[in-house]
Amino acid sequence: MHEANQASADESSEAPMLHPPVVRQPISTESEWTFELIDAYDREISRVAKHYRLDTYPNQIEIISAEQMLDAYSSVGMPVGYHHWSYGKHFVAQSQQYHRGQMGLAYEIVINSNPCIAYLMEENTLPMQALVIAHACYGHNSFFKNNYLFRTWTDASSIIDYLVFAKNYIQRCEERYGVDEVEAVLDSCHALMNYGVDRYKRPAPISAEEENRRQKEREEYLQRQINELWRTIPRAASKGTEDQELHFPKEPQENLLYFIEKNAPLLEPWQREIVRIVRKVAQYFYPQRQTQVMNEGWATFWHYTLLNHLYDEGKLTDGFMLEFLQNHSAVVYQPPFDSKYYSGINPYALGFNMMRDIRRICESPTEEDRQWFPEIAGSNWVDTLHFAMQNFKDESFIQQFLSPKLIREFKFFAILDDDLENKLHVTAIHNDPGYRYVRERLSQQYNLSMNEPNIQAYNVNLRGDRSLTLRHIRHNRRPLEPKDTESVLKHLRRLWKFDVHLESMQDDRMMEAYHCRENSMEHISYEEKAS
Amino acid sequence: MSYIVDRRLNGKNKSAVNRQRFVHRYRKHIKKAVADAVTRRSITDIETGETVTIPREDINEPFFHHGRGGRKEGVHPGNKEFVSGDTIDRPEGGGGSGGSGGKPSDSGEGMDDFVFQINQNEFLEFLFEDLALPNLIKRQLAGVESFKYVRAGVVNQGNPAKINIMRSMRQATSRRIALTGASRKKLREYKEEREKLLATDSILRDQARLAFVDKEIARLERRIAGIPFVDTIDLRYNLHVKQPKPTSRAVMFCVMDVSGSMNQDMKDMAKRFFILLYLFLKRNYEKIEVVFIRHHTSAKEVDEQEFFYSRETGGTIVSSALKLMAEVIEDRYPIDEWNIYGAQASDGDNWNDDSPLCRKILTEDILPFVQYYAYIEINPRRHQALWREYELINAEIEHFAMQEIAEAGDIYPVFRELFQRRPATK
Repeated sequence: MHEANQASADESSEAPMLHPPVVRQPISTESEWTFELIDAYDREISRVAKHYRLDTYPNQIEIISAEQMLDAYSSVGMPVGYHHWSYGKHFVAQSQQYHRGQMGLAYEIVINSNPCIAYLMEENTLPMQALVIAHACYGHNSFFKNNYLFRTWTDASSIIDYLVFAKNYIQRCEERYGVDEVEAVLDSCHALMNYGVDRYKRPAPISAEEENRRQKEREEYLQRQINELWRTIPRAASKGTEDQELHFPKEPQENLLYFIEKNAPLLEPWQREIVRIVRKVAQYFYPQRQTQVMNEGWATFWHYTLLNHLYDEGKLTDGFMLEFLQNHSAVVYQPPFDSKYYSGINPYALGFNMMRDIRRICESPTEEDRQWFPEIAGSNWVDTLHFAMQNFKDESFIQQFLSPKLIREFKFFAILDDDLENKLHVTAIHNDPGYRYVRERLSQQYNLSMNEPNIQAYNVNLRGDRSLTLRHIRHNRRPLEPKDTESVLKHLRRLWKFDVHLESMQDDRMMEAYHCRENSMEHISYEEKAS
Repeated sequence: MSYIVDRRLNGKNKSAVNRQRFVHRYRKHIKKAVADAVTRRSITDIETGETVTIPREDINEPFFHHGRGGRKEGVHPGNKEFVSGDTIDRPEGGGGSGGSGGKPSDSGEGMDDFVFQINQNEFLEFLFEDLALPNLIKRQLAGVESFKYVRAGVVNQGNPAKINIMRSMRQATSRRIALTGASRKKLREYKEEREKLLATDSILRDQARLAFVDKEIARLERRIAGIPFVDTIDLRYNLHVKQPKPTSRAVMFCVMDVSGSMNQDMKDMAKRFFILLYLFLKRNYEKIEVVFIRHHTSAKEVDEQEFFYSRETGGTIVSSALKLMAEVIEDRYPIDEWNIYGAQASDGDNWNDDSPLCRKILTEDILPFVQYYAYIEINPRRHQALWREYELINAEIEHFAMQEIAEAGDIYPVFRELFQRRPATK
């Protein structure tokens, strides 16, 4: 009785940082999990998460076996997906690696849905299950629910329904038109998947009411029957306006799949629907691709904070913490650039350290922090972190919050690789003149529109051969990789069904052109003449 | 609020369809790997899967991305000695890997081929594909174990088709007897009493008692009639259990002409023929021995490697091999202990006067002792005396099969009869 009183007194005094003598009353002492224990840990973690104002969707925690985890893996995290050989390829590759022991399985997969589905693997020990619950069910989950990109672009409550619809639809198509036929369309769509997202315009909610959708579909279909675009009857309009209309689309279109869905002249209605499905899936994953560092950083920060909080309350044993910390530090390890383990910046490491750094700046700012972050230094750290999580994506988050201290800790340096020069240049390092530059470069590294070639649907030859011309606007003189580009153009031609051209432009000068015709592929480089 | 769901018992083969699609798409590569494996492996070594290698570029899923060149700037961690303004030599080969945020496919170069395993079933499936086997046979060969159903008494659960009527009715009768025993005894007593009552004079009769007895009799009769004639608990079903088929030993003789006219392609074809027979035996016998006999003008028992891959030249005397086979059977494989199978492959060349001798040895010294004897003639220019002699045997003897083979699909008919028959058991 006395002990219990003391424990609750510690809790209310809110001074765990000073490590007063805590009476340990751990939730459990063994490392084998049971459903009761998972439930108990979930309750405790949930309680602490509320304390830090983590706002989440309800959780659906599913315990699965390793084989099921492999399955979940290869369907790229979609709980239901249509069938396609490329998922088979992932599955084969991953199960191969797993069975040879070259790869451990991820501890968790979490799906941006409402309720938020998280998979726990049955092989994991209890501390690992608790870590995953804190990481996925409270970290990722609150990120999905509150980050502006997810709020704008995805609709968590209907995604599962939509995926089920997509799977069934594609299955029906396979029954009707043959697996090979459908596979061909899917292959082509997948090749253009990254160009199937709207970057600036919010899409209509995925799978609105079924009726609504059907009605729209019929409408679209009817409309297509009398598509003004492909009208062959001469128009009565005056010649002057016709010249202007000859340029189609009026504005270049960056969402190539959308452009195809709406304008490809000869696609069957079911093929358009498949294009649409791939587009919707791409759109669903688009926010995740833009918030890797933040999302993982946020989740990692919270599993670390929540479990430490529980430890400070005396709810976790020392053994639990050791196992947890060992895993945690493996996850947030950043190998240096010259290590053989180096494969780019570890988003967990960068994100976690940035989140902690923000807390540090709020709680105990140095003179440097006050100078760099006058608006957050000394503020309430929970408020600030929530603000940062809600309103940024990787690119802007780094630009806004990466501190000189962290740049020093990571020993970041920027390297310029210019094919006009013989050597690489170190342009900035972690010192006073370099901080801003390094930060700016790092932020650009997470800018998807810089990493992906800028390619847009530029023109359709309406009166002639109906060929489609794409334009690639070169940035920093970076060319396209020719082999893949040719393959993608062939896929595009399969959807468009007429010739496809791609012009690679550098400051209004055409550097390269690809011409994909029915039986030939031509790749012309103008580079020599230009330089 | 959290829901915890145990999904471990849900299906775990969600990816099976996707894997199948993948295998289907790359069947060309897999077939090649299987064909190579057949050439490489021993004919008794077909119980494992195979590693398939697919060149990375065939399996690549293309997308628009940057190639080499242009101006790239990346940020990396772990600086040690660089200061700004330093210049560094380009690292060998990896010039394209500059910091594009962990997208390994951007670097383009140095990717390994895609390697994966197919399991034994898939291996056999691809092996059988060329051989044009009927599906039933494929299942039989690839199936893990063959079973037969034997009666194993009577149980009280089963499906309606297996109801044992006799036992069910006996059960029902005894149940009815057991349940109605007490009632019937009482009924009998009441009936006797009623007889007695009716026997007395109608004036002296105890009317109240009679009415009571009549009522009791009616009640008991109703009660007895109320016991169901057949109840579900009476039902008895025949039980059948799976039993592995009895197996025993078999020996397989591979006889092949290795004279100069047999080239490696023909031998590979013959190898498929031997594999098929071996697979069949494997499914039906626990222990199989394989004897390899090769011959040109004289015959010799050899190991598998030598059998398929060493070359000889010279003429051909088939009877030498048959003689040797007959000797080996007599020496080592007593027919009451062994099931003997013979498989012979040749291009049809033989000394003309040797062929009748072959027929004699076969019909007298070999065919009486073997379960099945199959002969294939590979790519013959024209049939010679040996074929004609064998045709005579074929007309007479049921367990002798022969076939002329131009491609792998022709092999199966040789075994058709063999696969149709129930396997010989001892």
